[in-house]
Amino acid sequence: MQQNPSPSEPIVSLRDVQKSFGALRVLDGVSFAVERGEVLALIGRSGSGKSTALRCIDRFEKVDGGEIVVCGHRVDRPDVDLRALRQDVGIVFQSYNLFPHLTIEQNITLAPCAVKGMAASQARDLARKVLAQVGLEEKLHAYPEQLSGGQQQRAAIARSLAMQPKVMLFDEVTSALDPELTAEVLKVIEQLAADGMTMVMVTHEMGFAKGIADRIVFMHRGKVHETGPASILTSPTTPELMQFVGTGNLKS
Amino acid sequence: MSLQLDFPAVLERWPSFLAGAALTLELAAFATVLGALLGTLAAVGRGTHNALISGACKVYVEAIRNTPLLVQIFLVYFGLASLGLKLSAFTVAVAALTINVGAYTAEIMRAGFEAIPRGQIEAAEGLALSRLQIYWHIILLPAVEKVYPALTSQFVLLMLASSICSQISAEELTAVANYIQSDTYRAFETYIIVAVLYVILSLIMRAGFWGLGLVLFPRRRRLGTPL
Repeated sequence: MQQNPSPSEPIVSLRDVQKSFGALRVLDGVSFAVERGEVLALIGRSGSGKSTALRCIDRFEKVDGGEIVVCGHRVDRPDVDLRALRQDVGIVFQSYNLFPHLTIEQNITLAPCAVKGMAASQARDLARKVLAQVGLEEKLHAYPEQLSGGQQQRAAIARSLAMQPKVMLFDEVTSALDPELTAEVLKVIEQLAADGMTMVMVTHEMGFAKGIADRIVFMHRGKVHETGPASILTSPTTPELMQFVGTGNLKS
Repeated sequence: MSLQLDFPAVLERWPSFLAGAALTLELAAFATVLGALLGTLAAVGRGTHNALISGACKVYVEAIRNTPLLVQIFLVYFGLASLGLKLSAFTVAVAALTINVGAYTAEIMRAGFEAIPRGQIEAAEGLALSRLQIYWHIILLPAVEKVYPALTSQFVLLMLASSICSQISAEELTAVANYIQSDTYRAFETYIIVAVLYVILSLIMRAGFWGLGLVLFPRRRRLGTPL
């Protein structure tokens, strides 16, 4: 299995992906690709399948059909090396999911030490570095419960960054935050995009998607309904996207 | 009718009391460590997808929780003897108490495992941790922290219940007391002393668990909040 795809190959590609939960068809032939350094925003109504599509990339959901290739890993195959895949893919969740019994530093150093066999002192340096990236150096020795929601989410992003992933997935990472805390998390993600990180994000922040995404994928009833550059948010071609952005609050 | 208590006549047997108390503590220590291991394994086993293992663990837990400890002790005592195994009363007592407390520990640990949110495990999987690493860092240690008060109560209860082992002549505190009171005819005084000694043993165990908790759960030591 090829681990390092050539620069021309997409980092993530989904082709005709099918997924059902029982009788409910959640993904009905979804295809899209993410190039190296690209920021892709998955948008759509609740239940449109965007979160499921994102979770399929990191194989938190198994697909029923179609092909998913992520950093050279054939994710749709049953014999995919999950741990190798997940070293290449970072994922950040809506509910942060920091480990409550560990300090922020321990949250960050756990995987590099346990998975990559990194020396403890080296991992601590790394923790300082990634925390600086998200503006939380002073919280190194704090426990998650001592942080605000926005700080916890930034710490979760730092934890993911410490594994030096080739692509980052964001699953509605600001949905549990108020506007002020949302802004501080979005600033961190913006900086990551500026640094050239490849990202796929499920978001309800239309203004943010418009500002940061290289490409928008609008999902509707388990299908990619409309896709294109961020400008499709201001000039949608399908009535569904028109209605969606019309009801969403489109901040500039 | 007047109550006359003669403690000196009983207290002069203090070396025997002390030896009995020490043996009770030793029994409890062995059964606590072994029972914690057995119970944790049974809780893990009950959560596996293997129906045979999961079923066996369930049968074990239910069989123990629905029979008296004294009967379990006799079953181990006479059962091992009829298999031709000549074991000391102490070994039999440790085995029976371990089997007993293991079943209760399994139920407590199962509650702890189930209290770990699914998102914690997904986050760990997303960081490429192995199954064993996830079990150790993300499930077991936080689960133990969650149920620690229930676990320690169970182990103190086990120490108190070990008095039943006097029935198979393990020389623990209650057995010593039975012996002394039949020797001195000072039953009331003897059991008052024994009761006080059990209280002291309980306090020793609780202090030990409190200290262990400080070492095991640094977050609680710093913040004092339950997980």
